[in-house]
Amino acid sequence: MRDVAVIGVGLTKFGELWDKSFRQLIAEAGSKAILDAKIEGKDIDAMYVGSMSSGRFVDQEHIGALVAEVSGFSSLHIPATRVEGACASGGLAVREGYLSVASGMNDVVVVGGVEKMNDVGGGEATEILATASDQEWEAFFGVTFPGIYAMIATRHMYEFGTTKEELAQVAVKNHANGALNPYAQYQSPISLESVLKATTVAYPLGLMDCSPVSDGAASIVLCAADKVKKYTDKPVKIIASGQASDTLALHGRRDICTLDATVYAAKMAYKQAGISAKDIDFAEVHDCFTIAEICAIEDLGFVEKGKGGQAIANHLTTLDGQIPINTSGGLKAKGHPVGATGVAQIVELTLQLRGEAGKRQIKDAKRGLAHNVGGSGATCVIHILEAM
Amino acid sequence: MEQIGIVSYGAHIPRYRIKAEVIAAVWGKDGDAISRGLGIFEKSVPSSDQDTATISVESARAALKRCTLNPAEIGAIYVGSESHPYAVKPTGTIVGEAIGATPNLMVADYEFACKAGTAAIQTCVAFVKANMINYGLAIGADTSQAAPGDALEYSASAGGAGFIIGRTNVIATINDTLSYTTDTPDFWRRAEMKYPSHGGRFTGEPAYFKHIMNCAMNLMQKIGTQPKDYTYAVFHQPNGKFPVNVAKKLGFTLDQVKQGLLVPYIGNTYSGASMIGLASVLDVAKPGDRIFVTSYGSGAGSDAFDITVTDEIMRLSRHAAPTIAEMVADKEYIDYGTYAKMTNLLFWE
Repeated sequence: MRDVAVIGVGLTKFGELWDKSFRQLIAEAGSKAILDAKIEGKDIDAMYVGSMSSGRFVDQEHIGALVAEVSGFSSLHIPATRVEGACASGGLAVREGYLSVASGMNDVVVVGGVEKMNDVGGGEATEILATASDQEWEAFFGVTFPGIYAMIATRHMYEFGTTKEELAQVAVKNHANGALNPYAQYQSPISLESVLKATTVAYPLGLMDCSPVSDGAASIVLCAADKVKKYTDKPVKIIASGQASDTLALHGRRDICTLDATVYAAKMAYKQAGISAKDIDFAEVHDCFTIAEICAIEDLGFVEKGKGGQAIANHLTTLDGQIPINTSGGLKAKGHPVGATGVAQIVELTLQLRGEAGKRQIKDAKRGLAHNVGGSGATCVIHILEAM
Repeated sequence: MEQIGIVSYGAHIPRYRIKAEVIAAVWGKDGDAISRGLGIFEKSVPSSDQDTATISVESARAALKRCTLNPAEIGAIYVGSESHPYAVKPTGTIVGEAIGATPNLMVADYEFACKAGTAAIQTCVAFVKANMINYGLAIGADTSQAAPGDALEYSASAGGAGFIIGRTNVIATINDTLSYTTDTPDFWRRAEMKYPSHGGRFTGEPAYFKHIMNCAMNLMQKIGTQPKDYTYAVFHQPNGKFPVNVAKKLGFTLDQVKQGLLVPYIGNTYSGASMIGLASVLDVAKPGDRIFVTSYGSGAGSDAFDITVTDEIMRLSRHAAPTIAEMVADKEYIDYGTYAKMTNLLFWE
């Protein structure tokens, strides 16, 4: 296994991008990453793209080759592959790219993630997202993701005394971070009261506990660590990649308050890096709902199980806290174009580790973790990045 | 300079109302939250025997009551609506016959979603300016449709207003008007469909806001005015939030907007909406007041108008017909069952 580094990153703004097509999003993020890495088409050995449901959102499948085409590389015939794992599609594409470079097969790989979700209405978007749940046991009976995460939240409240205010603090913090991120869908801070007063979607989750429907794309360029000098003087190393799976349906799990896929993927990643949770300086976690961030920081080992809500209420995870979480604004404020999310998390880690995160830059960022979840926890992929 | 503009005006709002909370209760929704979110507390409902034709006739009659014009002098009638009672057969002929303007006149029905009525005003202004007619009657009226359970059910309402356009006894000069039009499918209804479809959030930023903002800014730029030059501003009002937000973005204050903002209490009267707003402003306007109006019609386009109220308004018998405030206050609440009957949700073979 060879060491792998991130040598370029690119991001579109996330949001309701009515005037940008699916392929424009891909081209914009991809070309930004390629320019940032200072590579050319002929340097690229392979391309990977994560997208959850381009077929249902914009009626376009077969997007591996499309990515190469809209990047202007069709005449180079670069191997291009799409990866799908629901909302973890982006993180999985990063992992496939990472594995292909680590294996020695490829030297330079471009990884992208994309989703254009606003071309369908809100109700249809919810239905499409529900295809990531268990069709026979969950979706068929009418439950969609807000309902599934609401069950996790209610059980968490029952088991550990987590409160609706603590959930709301996740949204407040992530909006405060998003307000400092020019690429975020929501760039204004919100008050605790406004989160608590928002329309209930599925108790205890209100509208402001949920990540939005978003359009956007993200891209990174990976390179064998021993070859990075040719391209950049600010590489960021991927020191671990972990992945795990679990049952699609929530009720099949050992414990619905713990995402075991997160626990196992984290264990794999920490082992590869030879570190533990306390060695992580900051993290981008999968806060598709506020409760998901609370579970994530517990399952990743940043705080004791059941103490996630308190940790957030006590400001341990703010930009200047003990372990800043979702400095980008997270899925909640930055936006959640599902296939792009896992790749965008790596973009944020890279910007922080390069010291290029602008107003949201955290001090002494040496090592960051990205946590990307598919469904309610059937897939989890984790990467740990370190400044080189 | 020749003054072409509004000679008289009239409006009609059906007196039945249904509260947002009553509709919300049927669908298991939180009425307070919906009213807060949409800025709509209740909406007008047409009675079983009211439609766009009757609302248009009432509006035209109200306009004629306020002035001394002989209806036979009206050389054109254009009725804008998206709920013309007939797919084939004009509403305008019914109005013409009812007010005694037939047979020596031009008539046609317009459709451009919620801005068909203001498009009719533009047509009448142009005909008068071209000396093809002395007076034209432009009407915007609707009994708008909403599928049961759709978000539109809280807003789609009924009402209309008519404006007689001419060059003598002008109470408000239409100084200038222009439009901003693109092909933007944010809201539509095919001929065979009973209820409209809409693009959800697509109806906001790339549709309503883009067209109104561009249209309004283009007109102000063309004539060299600023928001502070106007006493009143009226914008299309599909809900209570959009017109207030677009006004703020353009630099108008709530004080300029509120006289023409009726949607919280009557809902969205579609082709009638910005025209009822203008009628409400004319109910209270004083000579010298300057009014800025921008309509919006899905599909999509906006018409903007720069209007100055003249001394002549003091000679118009404004109280010969009910004011908008009086029609808003004259109401009778109905339950959802009655609403369902009135709006033809219940049908049988």
